[in-house]
Amino acid sequence: MSVDNATVSKIAKLARIAMDEGEVAALVPELNNILAWVDQLAEVDVTGVEPMTAVIPNKMVLRADVVDADPLTGGNRRDDILSNAPAPQHGFFGVPKVIE
Amino acid sequence: MTLLTELTVAGIRDGHRAGDFTAVEVAEAFSASVAGARALNAFILETPDHALAAARQADADRAAGTLKPLSAVPIGIKDLFATKGVQTTAASHILEGFVPPYESSVSQKLWDAGAGMLGKLNMDQFAMGSSNETSYFGNVLSPWRSADGSNAALAPGGSSGGSASAVAARLCPAATGTDTGGSIRQPAAFVGISGIKPTYGRCSRWGIVAFASSLDQAGSMARDVRDCAVMLGVMAGHDAKDATSLNLPVPDWEGALNADMRGKKVGIPREYRLDGIDADIAAMWDKGAKMLTDAGAEIVDISLPHTKYALPAYYIIAPAEASSNLARYDGVRYGLRDLSDGAGLQDMPAGEGLQAMYAATRAAGFGAEVKRRIMIGTYVLSAGFYDAYYTQAQKIRTLIARDFADAFSRCDVILTPTAPSAAFALGERSADPLAMYLNDVFAVPASLAGLPAMSVPAALSADGLPLGLQIIGKAFDEQGVLNAGLALEQRAGFNARAEKWW
Repeated sequence: MSVDNATVSKIAKLARIAMDEGEVAALVPELNNILAWVDQLAEVDVTGVEPMTAVIPNKMVLRADVVDADPLTGGNRRDDILSNAPAPQHGFFGVPKVIE
Repeated sequence: MTLLTELTVAGIRDGHRAGDFTAVEVAEAFSASVAGARALNAFILETPDHALAAARQADADRAAGTLKPLSAVPIGIKDLFATKGVQTTAASHILEGFVPPYESSVSQKLWDAGAGMLGKLNMDQFAMGSSNETSYFGNVLSPWRSADGSNAALAPGGSSGGSASAVAARLCPAATGTDTGGSIRQPAAFVGISGIKPTYGRCSRWGIVAFASSLDQAGSMARDVRDCAVMLGVMAGHDAKDATSLNLPVPDWEGALNADMRGKKVGIPREYRLDGIDADIAAMWDKGAKMLTDAGAEIVDISLPHTKYALPAYYIIAPAEASSNLARYDGVRYGLRDLSDGAGLQDMPAGEGLQAMYAATRAAGFGAEVKRRIMIGTYVLSAGFYDAYYTQAQKIRTLIARDFADAFSRCDVILTPTAPSAAFALGERSADPLAMYLNDVFAVPASLAGLPAMSVPAALSADGLPLGLQIIGKAFDEQGVLNAGLALEQRAGFNARAEKWW
């Protein structure tokens, strides 16, 4: 399969990466080279093969349903959480207007 | 007395314990080496105060008789590990200035064991690269120079290129690395040091900037096999904060090191002998098999039939996971924020300004290779292509894991070259993403199968550059990998080092 400028623009939009026409045009042949190379995977017979879900079998565990069981990943850490925010305001993350 | 910076991790630990020198002397010696080697650009941030504070504690602990496993040992930390109060960037612009209010589980274990931090090591941006040319903070240079007289700056490999360069140049006795598809092993091979990626889940991923979560695994890089074992023994262990962390006891890998390979079978996978394989690499591989025979092992021919599909499958799975993991960088909660051109966001229709900010932030904050992989990942996961690409790749991953399981019914460890060539010059391959990806052709299959694997320096190329051999082991059998690595190390007698020019 191969991509054209319109497809690459659409992927860039899905990926939320702003790209001008020149950047899109430059990516088209690069992505097509890579896609042509990965297309060889189609020749492998995978009849009856399950897709890998866990590389090392491991049992999923649940933690105790306790508030702040692990203080490091628990709540009440507003200032820590906001400490790297680019535009914190009044204890919240500041963002451009979302709703009228 | 030997220069302190010539000592290994075990040498520092034991010498400090014996009172041959103080930990402060060690920290100061390495910090001076770091400060004197900025031409290598191995560090994004130097933290001599952290190393010194740990050293003072180590000296106090020695006086009090409370020494810890890594007391007096200063190390380098790849800038992918979150370090509390110390900038963590993943070598990206989008995380420039990010100061985590928490510590990664692996680095916390190292500090709890008494180690100190010399600095945060440069790397490929978000660990995406095989030459350390994708860092926002500039290329890392290998301390090695080719004997062909060209004097060109060489790639230290990637993505743990800063870790590799720093250890090879004696700026730190050991460093942490992470390996998603070869990022510990390939740079270790390029600079003539050892590096091990353990079984997936041995080391907690909590606090490590995520690239491809089903593949990412931390490991150790050092000058010899023993030091890799010492470091890994501290870094590994169950962590309730990482659901994929293995709840298994951590063996005493250092204590059980044993280079006697009698009764062991070493598999040589025929599919790794690629058409047009580099003559130096092929010769080193044959020599490696002889070394293990000399150590008592029996060599067996094995087949890993899906080998040729590992790399293309990896370049679907890893970008797919990356596109998802890197969606968090949006300019809202941390890191760079870029308000798109035109300003006046508050005047735009509701919601559009936010969308524009996401796209502008990510355009400004990610480098070209990171964008390329996010784009591939987004494409292969998009409606209509998911089954053809992603599901197919995950099925092939199952086949690759099955290949290894079959092979390990006939052998205990597998011996291969680590990389298809010696280090190349910076800039030599950066124009062609595919040529760059091929560097990891021997490393990626073990990553896809979650298996422990290590690189050990084995020989010099015709141009006088290091070449590494890779040992791949069964899941959970780091000991078998380390032991075979030790058998190679003892017989290869690799003691070449880069001549100091920096």
